[in-house]
Parts: sequence; C-alpha cells; structure tokens
Amino acid sequence: MPSFVIDEKCDGCKGQDKTACMYICPNDLMVLDMEKMKAYNRDPSMCWECQCCVKICPQQAMDVRGYSDFIPLGASCVPLRGSEDIMWTIKFRDGSIKRFKFPIRTNEEGSADPLGGYATHDDLNSEALATEPESLGLDAVPTVS
Amino acid sequence: MANFETVEVSTDLLIVGAGFAACGVATEAAYWAKKNGLKVTMVDKAATDRSGAVAMGLSAINQYVGVRDGENTCEDYVRYVRQDLMGISREDLVYNIARHVDSTVHLFEKWGLKIWTDEEGKYVHEGRWQLMINGESYKIIIAEAAKNALADAGGELIERVFVVDPLMDGNKCVGAIGFSTREEKLYVFKAKATVITAGGAVHVFRPRSVGEGFGRSWYPPFNTGTSAYFTLKAGAEMTCQEVRFIPVRFKDAYGPVGAWFLLFKSRAVSAVGGEYMAVRKEELNNWAPYGLAKPIPANLRNYLGMLDVDAGLGPLYMETSEAINKIADEYKEDPKGYKKKMKELEAEAWEDFLDMTISQAHLWAAMNVKPEEKHSEIAACEPYFIGSHSGASGAWVSGPEDMDTPYKWGYANMCTVDGLFAAGDASGASSHKFSSGSHAEGRIVGKAAIKYIVEKGAEPNVDAAQVDALKAKILAPLDRYQEFCKVTTEPSVNPNYLLWRQFMDRLQKIMDEYAGGVTAAFKTSKALLERAMELFVYLREDSEKLAAEDIYSLERIWENVQRMWQGEAHVRTMLFREETRWPGYYFRSDTPKMDEDNWHCFANCKWDPATGEWEMMKRDVWNIPGV
Ligand SMILES: Cc1cc2nc3c(=O)[nH]c(=O)nc-3n(C[C@H](O)[C@H](O)[C@H](O)COP(=O)(O)OP(=O)(O)OC[C@H]3O[C@@H](n4cnc5c(N)ncnc54)[C@H](O)[C@@H]3O)c2cc1C
Ligand code: SF4
Ligand code: SF4
Repeated sequence: MPSFVIDEKCDGCKGQDKTACMYICPNDLMVLDMEKMKAYNRDPSMCWECQCCVKICPQQAMDVRGYSDFIPLGASCVPLRGSEDIMWTIKFRDGSIKRFKFPIRTNEEGSADPLGGYATHDDLNSEALATEPESLGLDAVPTVS
Repeated sequence: MANFETVEVSTDLLIVGAGFAACGVATEAAYWAKKNGLKVTMVDKAATDRSGAVAMGLSAINQYVGVRDGENTCEDYVRYVRQDLMGISREDLVYNIARHVDSTVHLFEKWGLKIWTDEEGKYVHEGRWQLMINGESYKIIIAEAAKNALADAGGELIERVFVVDPLMDGNKCVGAIGFSTREEKLYVFKAKATVITAGGAVHVFRPRSVGEGFGRSWYPPFNTGTSAYFTLKAGAEMTCQEVRFIPVRFKDAYGPVGAWFLLFKSRAVSAVGGEYMAVRKEELNNWAPYGLAKPIPANLRNYLGMLDVDAGLGPLYMETSEAINKIADEYKEDPKGYKKKMKELEAEAWEDFLDMTISQAHLWAAMNVKPEEKHSEIAACEPYFIGSHSGASGAWVSGPEDMDTPYKWGYANMCTVDGLFAAGDASGASSHKFSSGSHAEGRIVGKAAIKYIVEKGAEPNVDAAQVDALKAKILAPLDRYQEFCKVTTEPSVNPNYLLWRQFMDRLQKIMDEYAGGVTAAFKTSKALLERAMELFVYLREDSEKLAAEDIYSLERIWENVQRMWQGEAHVRTMLFREETRWPGYYFRSDTPKMDEDNWHCFANCKWDPATGEWEMMKRDVWNIPGV
C-alpha cells in the first residue's frame, strides 16, 4: 500500500477545494473522499513512494508502507520538512532508529531571483543567454572556431 | 459526446511540461518575451513544485563542466559523450549544452540550492562532472525561479492539464490540445511557437515488480512518452529511438549507486566473488574502439555484469562492506578521525537515498542492512526512454546557429517541423545533460523560440475541423464506457472495450517478451521484432476501443496510447539497425556484432501524418573538427 492516510489524523484539509496531497502528487493519485472527508491513494500500484504527499500534509496524516512485492514489514522513513532543513527518522525492522538532518535550501522560500543578480544584455541574436557571459564566470561564451 | 467545456488559451510561446527543461525555457523566455511584449504560457499535468523526474529531489548535479576554473573544456565533454554513446551523438548539441551548463549551475546556487563546497569555496565533486548537493528541494527551487520569471513577464502557468496532441497547420505546429484532470474541460492552446518538454517514458516495458511495487520503476511512472508521441504526431523526424537506457541500481528499490562507485570506490562482483569488470575485460576488445577507451561506456559495464548473470553467476553484489572497511584502514592510527569520517560517510550514503530514492532507504531499514557489515544486491532495471541521461531517444533538432554543423535548418533546437522546439528528454542524441544540462538546453530553447517568434511568428492558423476531430477523439473513451458498461454485470470485463490497465499490460507483454525486456534478458532479434510489429497492429486497432469511466481513467488511457507510440518507434528502429551497438542496453542475437562500416550513423524515423506511413533513414555522424 505505498503511501497511505492515517484515518484518525486526516482532516480532509478542512474541506478546501483542493487538499495538499491532491495538489502535490506528481502522478495524480490522491483523492478526497467527499463523504468521509478523508483522502486516499486511488492506485497504490502506480505510486513512486516519492513522499511528496507525506512531506506536504499539514496534519502529518500520511506515511508509506513499503511495496509489498519486496519490502519486508516493520520499517519506516518519516520526513519532517521545515523551511530550511528536513529531518528524517529511519526506523529499522529490528526497532533501532537513525536520525538525519539535511539542509534543503540556503535562502528564504520564494526569494529566487530568475536572473540571479547577474548583468543582462539586449542582444537577441547572440549566443549569450540573458545572464551570460557573467553567469558563466567567463568573458565570452565559448565557441568552436 | 461527453459534454466538456472548451477553454481557449492564446499565447505567443507555449511550453508543454514544467519539468527541468521546461523551467529553463520559462526562465529564459520570460526575459526576452518581456522585452518584446510577448506572452509565455507553461502547462503541466502536475504541480510544478514537484513534477517530473526530480519530484523527490536529487543528490547530485550530474553535468558541470567547470570551464571557469579550468577544470575541463566543452570539448572534453563532447569526447566523453561520444565515447559513452559508442560514437553516436550530436556533437553540436552536446557542445552547445556544455558551454551553457555552468551558468545554469551558478544560477541554481543563487536561487538557493545548496551545492557542497570545500574549505576554499570550491565545489565538491562526486566524479569528474558531478557535484554534490543537498537536493531535497531541488525541483521546488528551480520551479520557483521559473514561476517568478513568468509572473514578472505577465506569463501564465496552467497546472493539472494533460496535453495530448499537437495542433498542426501543414508542417507547422500552432499549439496543442489537452484536458483538465480536475474538471470537465478541454484546453485548446493556440501558439506561435511550441516547446515540447514532457520528459521521457517508462512502463513501456514491463517492470520487474508487477504487484503493488509496479510503480517502483527507476524512472518515475509519471513520464509516459508524451514527448515522443507529440513530436511523432507532428510529423517531426526522430532520432536514436533504439537507444533506450537501462540503469544498474540496487536491486528492486533501484537506489542510486553513483556515490558507492565514485565516492566510496566500491566494487561490483558476482555471487562467486569475481569482479566482472576485471574477469571479463577481454570481452571489451569486441567493442573497440569504445570498449578500449576510458571511461568504459555505461552500456558495456552493464553488459559485462549481464554476461555473469547469463552464466548463472548471479546475484550481483555491491561490495559496500569491503569499501567501507578499506576507508577505515586508512584511519587505523586515528580512531577519533575514523569515527568522524564514518559518521560523515554514513550520512552521505543515507542522504543519497533519501534525496532521490526513499524506497531504497526503506528497503535497507526493513532488512536491517548495515552496509559496513554486508554487501547489497544490484541488478539491471527494465528499459526506459530518457534522452537526457545515458539513453539518447528524442526529436531530431536543428543545431546551434553559430556553429558550422551539417544539421541546421533554422533556429536552435527546432524540430524538422516549423515552430516546434524540443529540450531535455524530448530532444535526441544529446545524452548526458541530466538535470543541469536539461535546464541549460531549456534556456537555449527559451531564447531561440522567442527569436523565432520575433522574426517569423505569424498568428497561428488553427483549423476548427481539426480541433473538433481531436476533441472527439480525446473524449471518445468516456462515451464508449457509458455506451457499453451496462452490457456485462462486471464492467471491467466487457467484449466492447478495454480498460487502460488491460491495454497497458498488453503493451508491456509485447515489449518485454519480443523487444528485449527483463524476461527476455534484454535480447531480441529480427524475427522477434517482426512478430512484435504484427502484434502491434492489433494493439493499435484496440487502442480505438479504450473506455474510461472517469477523467482519471481518461488520463491513464492517453498516457498509455502515448507509450504505445514510443514502443512502436523503438521496435521499428531496433529492427532497422542491423547490428548490436549498445549490448548492455539491448542485444540483437541475430546481428550480435557492432558494424562500424555500415552503422556508424544515426538511425532516424518519421511518421507521416498525411499517409500514416513510417519512414526509416540513416543520418551521418559529424565530429567537431579537431575534437
Ligand atoms: C531516478 C533518476 C535519478 C536521476 N539522478 C540525477 C542526478 O543525480 N543528477 C542529475 O543531474 N540528473 C539526474 N537525473 C536526470 C534528470 O532528472 C533529468 O535529466 C531531467 O529531469 C530531465 O528534464 P525534463 O524536463 O526533460 O523531464 P522532467 O524533469 O521529468 O519533466 C517532464 C515534465 O513533463 C510533464 N508532463 C509529462 N507528460 C505530460 C503531459 N501529457 N501533459 C503535460 N505535462 C506533462 C511532467 O509532469 C513533468 O513536469 C535522474 C533521473 C532519474 C529518473
Ligand atoms: S494533505 Fe493530509 S490532511 Fe490534507 S487531505 Fe491529504 S492526508 Fe488529509
Ligand atoms: S508517494 Fe508520491 S506518487 Fe505516491 S501518492 Fe504520494 S506523492 Fe503520489
């Protein structure tokens, strides 16, 4: 059952027109059951276990149970994604735990400047892209003579 | 006909897909569009933040040339790709991407991506071309820059629309048609130029896991051959449709092996302990000159392992414990230093999985794997179509304008069809661009397409009858289901139609058994391929009998029709190329040798929209003089 929703924790994203898990799944697998107001994965066998849904769920109502074809029961990899880093809790089948924390970005969300502060130019006919050559760190775009 | 509302979107530039290449297109095109008062529209079937192959994140940038610091030249990269693809690559395209990719990487860093640096502030390399990153949010960051660029230029982003077909005006692409996966709406996009960047294809072949683990392909189940279908249906010439990619990865969860090979210097061995790269070294002579030069092409490395498996020497293993103990030995005198180093390595190994293949971390945890104590199994995955990686399938596109290349009919990366551009997995014969190179290629296209519009862009002439026919075709599976679903007591078995999964199973069975899938041990032959073509006739006919109970099924149906076209182009091209050139990707048992005299060339194909006929052709390989 790759990704799954914990019945008790899911609040259907409070009945908004699109839930976080539906919004994010790259394979369009998550749906909201309008009667129960709970989400579910409509086709576990098309799930990539990418955990995009798990990471975004505001209620931490989602988890992954490894593919039954080849992953023994009893383990889990649970992410907690913040604005600067992600914390992973890996539970082994034998009960032991490992924790890892990795940075996810170096600046504030939303602040990416498409031109990166590099000098730009107006020449639509040159080989230089908008921020080049400065963004290359060179004086000119290389070419074969 | 199902009663869908039609939404018409008029734009100057249309970008199909919002993955890595598409984000590159959007970021660059927005800049030039704003200057020229043009509108850019990007459309994806998913959410840009997590769509495409980088949805989960990545742990490395696989293409960085390092020209700034004199690490390598663009010519070095051309030689590397030529060698890895057994001599067959579009060197003009590879060069063009290589000369722009470093600026893409520098932009990524500015946008907030954490690229590892050493004490001197230099990038930390995983291998010659690879940089280490903390890449959990890689796609989110790259999407953010694209979205900000679009917003600044008054562009539009449309998500959750599945694009099906191109709109054509003779030999010119004038937009695309698709449908919303959320509401009963058809989308008709009218554009002066269109870029296809919808990724590669997976699940054309049957995956190794066929139960719940069906979705665990190495390549994400969400890229379904839209790029190949779109360009073929436009009548564009395609290249390298036989050059599929088979990665060797940790078995079943398909976790990455790059860090183990490159960082930890681990060996891969057979069950009896022989290192197949050493034991079978002689075999490389048969694939000279490529087999004898370094680095040994990925497909030949695969092949030597496959020979071990064929000889009954499987399973294959990655010697993780040996590698780690070797590193430990270096710290014999310094237990504190050793502990620190091990902690670092452990975090790196796990991050490598958690950033891009979480299932592999899960599998190790579920089997209590301690890599320092025990080796882990590796295996060849099923075949995928991913022109941006070590495969090469994609559209045949025009070369860079300033280079003296024989492949030039207009604007950079324009297909043989007017107004249609391709980048990333969608453009062929320019392998090893990966995430950064796909984005760089996207940027090249972004500028070239705007230039095309400024110089040649005419109002798109969209034929209403063509649109109506496409609408009817796209929605027909919904009507078919309603018409017949009550004929049987159980709607999933019905003599009047096929459901998407049934159709997909049939396609995968043909590809797996006849076209060199896993169960055929990646081997095929003329007779097997001809038989596949016979079976394709039925499959194609039955694709007109697909039935959808809802919009979700309709989406899956069109994905699988697109896969079928990718599969057919593949079968036809393997049939055409009468030699074996990439034995670790597929092996033609009836022509088991490489034939440099006759087949040192591209094998291209084209489907003619007017006649429905396929044409196969050879194209010369051109080497950059002096490289
Ligand atoms: C498992 C794996 C590991 C990799 N590891 C690395 C690595 O470590 N380093 C590295 O540099 N590169 C790596 N790569 C390569 C990199 O991911 C690709 O080169 C890159 O994503 C290609 O970009 P693209 O835009 O062509 O495709 P994608 O980024 O996959 O984008 C395709 C887009 O098209 C959209 N789409 C598809 N069909 C439709 C449709 N019908 N309608 C509308 N939209 C559609 C998708 O939703 C998606 O947004 C890896 C790839 C894989 C699969
Ligand atoms: S995101 Fe979480 S809380 Fe919201 S619907 Fe999905 S599972 Fe429920
Ligand atoms: S794990 Fe990924 S593919 Fe599976 S439901 Fe969640 S977001 Fe979708």
